[in-house]
Amino acid sequence: MRVNVTVNGEPRQADDVWEGESLLFLLRERLGLPGSKNACEQGECGSCTVYLDDTPVCSCLVAAGQVQDREVRTVEGLADGDRLDPVQEAFVEAGAVQCGFCTPGLVVAAHDLLDRVPRPSDPEIREALAGNLCRCTGYEKILDAVRLAATRKADPEAASR
Amino acid sequence: MDFLRPDTLAEALALKAQRPDAVPIAGGTDVMVELNFDHRRPAALLDLTRIAELRSWDSAGGNGDGGTVRIGSGVPYTRIIDELGDRLPGLAMASRTVGSPQIRNRGTVGGNLGAASPAGDTHPVLLAGDATVEAASTRGTRLIPATEFYLGVKRHALEPDELITAVHVPVTRAPQQFAKVGTRNAMVIAVCSFAVALHPARQRVGAAVGSAAPTPRRASAAEEFLSAELTSANQWESPKPLLDSVKRRFGELVAEAANPIDDVRGSAAYRKHALSVLARRTLDWAWRDYSEKVT
Ligand SMILES: Cc1cc2nc3c(=O)[nH]c(=O)nc-3n(C[C@H](O)[C@H](O)[C@H](O)COP(=O)(O)OP(=O)(O)OC[C@H]3O[C@@H](n4cnc5c(N)ncnc54)[C@H](O)[C@@H]3O)c2cc1C
Ligand code: FES
Ligand code: FES
Repeated sequence: MRVNVTVNGEPRQADDVWEGESLLFLLRERLGLPGSKNACEQGECGSCTVYLDDTPVCSCLVAAGQVQDREVRTVEGLADGDRLDPVQEAFVEAGAVQCGFCTPGLVVAAHDLLDRVPRPSDPEIREALAGNLCRCTGYEKILDAVRLAATRKADPEAASR
Repeated sequence: MDFLRPDTLAEALALKAQRPDAVPIAGGTDVMVELNFDHRRPAALLDLTRIAELRSWDSAGGNGDGGTVRIGSGVPYTRIIDELGDRLPGLAMASRTVGSPQIRNRGTVGGNLGAASPAGDTHPVLLAGDATVEAASTRGTRLIPATEFYLGVKRHALEPDELITAVHVPVTRAPQQFAKVGTRNAMVIAVCSFAVALHPARQRVGAAVGSAAPTPRRASAAEEFLSAELTSANQWESPKPLLDSVKRRFGELVAEAANPIDDVRGSAAYRKHALSVLARRTLDWAWRDYSEKVT
């Protein structure tokens, strides 16, 4: 089947999409967007997290056919040209990235959290990231990164100094 | 495989009548796992996410005690928590424990019912809270009490041409509680779960267990014991702290309602023990809450 979907602001089209395939497969294998990672294909790890119509979802659990006429935003769509999103910058600076496999999903989940709750408490951060697994960092640096991004977003001046 | 994409409920029902073998897909959080792992190869998928009627709720049945909220089968957990938590405390509480934020953004009560897993978190709450499942086909619409919906492990009362269109959940300000046992706070399939609902207007208590029998089920003997106990002691009008003996007996009767198995998540004996603890504990929370509201 054919799927028409807006991805990162651009209308995209894919042909010969298998009816049972996931949005994750569509993004990675057909639309050339390998940022979203495939680890578990069962919703457990969150490394495939993308926005679907502004809501973070596991793209491995969305059928490709379900995104017809909808909008998807992946980790590739967060940066503004060459300028990383504050969440991405904070992950790099806080040392929240080791092997990096979990990073795209965590960045999208954290990005959504800070859109909804600009100054989250630690329990709110933990709750928002409960669907994302990281095998490397032990999560502490990830929490640091989210706190740092929250501070920067609240005071963009400080970020550019 | 065909991918069917109806835009309206009428279209969806017509498609389901023509293609009873089509597997409905809402949030996909159960269906896609089965597809990704090749556990299921349906002849067709019937996507329900484009149907606006299924993605809304209404309180035409009344917002106060005695009213009913009709929740479209495709309303995701996140919206139930955010939009209905004040009126449907038990359902919101169970919804908060489902999976992770990503799963709650997508997963639906309709899908929980369609999967009819004995471990589904909304089932004990729907049973204890006297909810009704609305099913529709081109032949018409019918209401199935939650108590008659679950027929066996992953089997339910829908006919092959029917879709779940909504659940009707009684509104209440009276305390309701839900608790489940698992290895961590997020992303946990219940080892066992329990829901209790106080119905002061009818002087009744609802209680139901999950993940502890082939189907989710009411703990009827426990409900009757406690309801009679509370009524005979005039507890509804002037609540006093519950006797330990009453709480203990309630817990025992809840455990007796279960018929669990040994599996990787826990032994049958552990499940029964844990259920009696959950029952005592949640009853205690609900009753304290009720006592504070009344006095
Ligand atoms: C990582 C992960 C964690 C999870 N954690 C939990 C948890 O903590 N608690 C819990 O209870 N569940 C959990 N689940 C299971 C799942 O998320 C829930 O059962 C959810 O409610 C399913 O809803 P859905 O809309 O995604 O269903 P779908 O996957 O779309 O459908 C599920 C089933 O219902 C049928 N169906 C869907 N809608 C209808 C309808 N309107 N009419 C008739 N049939 C229909 C489908 O054909 C399918 O058989 C988890 C799943 C994953 C992947
Ligand atoms: S790959 Fe989707 S959640 Fe793990
Ligand atoms: S950095 Fe390796 S899994 Fe998180």
